Amino acid sequence: MAKRIDVNDLNVYYSKFLAVEGVSINIEPKSVTAFIGPSGCGKSTFLRTLNRMHEVIPGGRVEGQVLLDGDDLYAPGVDPVTVRSQIGMVFQRPNPFPTMSIKDNVLAGVKLNGNKISRSDAEDLVEKSLRGANLWNEVKDRLDKPGSGLSGGQQQRLCIARTIAVKPDVILMDEPCSALDPISTLAIEDLINELKDDFTVVIVTHNMQQAARVSDKTAFFNIAGTGKPGKLIEFNDTTAIFSNPEQKATEDYVSGRFG
Amino acid sequence: MRVVNSTTRTSNTPPPLQHWLHHPRFVKALAMTTNALTSKSSTSGRLGDKIFSGAALAAGVLILITLFAVAVFLLIQALPTFFADPAEVSGGQGFFAYIWPIVIGTVIAAAIALAIATPVGLGVALFISHFAPRKVAGPLGYLIDLLAAIPSVIYGAWGYMILAPALVPGFEWLAKNLGFIPIFAGPASQTGKTMLTAGIVLAVMVLPIITSLTREIFLQTPKLHEEAALALGATRWEMITTAVLPFARPGIISAVMLGLGRALGETMAVALVLSTGNLIPSLIKTGNQTIAAEIALNFPEAFGLRLSELIAAGLVLFLITLVVNIFARGIIARHKEFSGAN
Repeated sequence: MAKRIDVNDLNVYYSKFLAVEGVSINIEPKSVTAFIGPSGCGKSTFLRTLNRMHEVIPGGRVEGQVLLDGDDLYAPGVDPVTVRSQIGMVFQRPNPFPTMSIKDNVLAGVKLNGNKISRSDAEDLVEKSLRGANLWNEVKDRLDKPGSGLSGGQQQRLCIARTIAVKPDVILMDEPCSALDPISTLAIEDLINELKDDFTVVIVTHNMQQAARVSDKTAFFNIAGTGKPGKLIEFNDTTAIFSNPEQKATEDYVSGRFG
Repeated sequence: MRVVNSTTRTSNTPPPLQHWLHHPRFVKALAMTTNALTSKSSTSGRLGDKIFSGAALAAGVLILITLFAVAVFLLIQALPTFFADPAEVSGGQGFFAYIWPIVIGTVIAAAIALAIATPVGLGVALFISHFAPRKVAGPLGYLIDLLAAIPSVIYGAWGYMILAPALVPGFEWLAKNLGFIPIFAGPASQTGKTMLTAGIVLAVMVLPIITSLTREIFLQTPKLHEEAALALGATRWEMITTAVLPFARPGIISAVMLGLGRALGETMAVALVLSTGNLIPSLIKTGNQTIAAEIALNFPEAFGLRLSELIAAGLVLFLITLVVNIFARGIIARHKEFSGAN
């Protein structure tokens, strides 16, 4: 549980287009790392390379290394399916499976790869995961109802429950609150704080206050212009990024003078 | 009101006109004419809406009228059969004895067609939508759509000239090795013009319908749900079973129902391929008949009661289709809560 991620000089391509260039970053276990930066700077793209989800888009590929506790995700013979079951992901818009009940949504990942789970184990896991996502009390009476009937914030917490049910080492979150109201956002942020006790959390956010509130470390990405690759400009403790950034571009961005 | 007022009016009561102004209806009318929003609403936009809703209503009503007219025609024309002396009906034992073997035959032919075409069609559709490289998927899709445009008489000709003889060795093998199962009881037909051949030809005809429709639905699966499955560590196939197929379920049922409609109603191909006879359980012997082919083969020289019998057979086919569709609607509606439409 909770492994570290080390990225060495990573380039991300979509076919021939270089989307992100030369990123090296070390993400500590049991910490929350936030990626901030203007739209189109490649932070979401980079996040998706951490569990090989960028390969879902045709032409997506990388050069360089991503090490999960020293094991390269991109070594020959590594199955992306295995990678993704160890590095979970929560998306921008809540996406519970509409055809499944709340309970089945939580168990969806667990039942993959032909895994069988006994009824009592399943019930325990559903409760534990939903409690872990601070959703249990709200849904315990309607576990057999469709997940799509919940509010947006509840759906997003259901997606988090689904992700933690497979017991990943790392949880990636791609702007998990951008489609939610402030109260639901607060619930997710509280949850992120609890999640870092057990998991390594990486979160992309457009909201700098959110980055400041939830993260231990912050990485600032930027882009020189349209068609140019995104780059990691600065990576440091969150307090340092927001109060005393080393780079001029970081300071301009966090102080709102730009982007 | 005016009358009452005029009799009770004293010198200092307001004149009747003002009284009028306070009448709720008038107040409402007044408010409507002076409301700032009413004058801004463009009448042309509302006209467009009216034309559109009128056109949609007309189209809906037209369908109902057509269906109703067909049903009434069938019913009226078929009536004499139901009241005729049973001895005069073909077969000499009344309409029911005449119709039920070919009803069963129709259902068997359609069942064989769907049993083959549904898995193959879904497989081809999934291949085009989720597995094939883009360069292959496009042309393959066109090719499948083209299959739907081939006239049924050509399928029929292909069926009895090429497919039927080619299947004879297979039928003989079935009769020899699986003959103990009633549906494969021998001796096998030497022409190959059997129910199984007809079913296979129908399957080929139904295939493009099921494939094109389900392909479109598979392509519409939200990326979001596919990615959700993949991010949980699903393989491509697991992604399809957790995200794509459940999403497409109502569409698959509708596609199969449309295919069934074609299989039930197909005339020419069955008439050409099937060597007809009495209802028998074996699918590899000469025998059986379907309603549509029965009508097509006998219609040209039918008159009087015989004509009425054939139309009654058409009415039965109409009812079968209706029942099957109601049943399918029921299946779709039963899972509405989980359709993702909420």
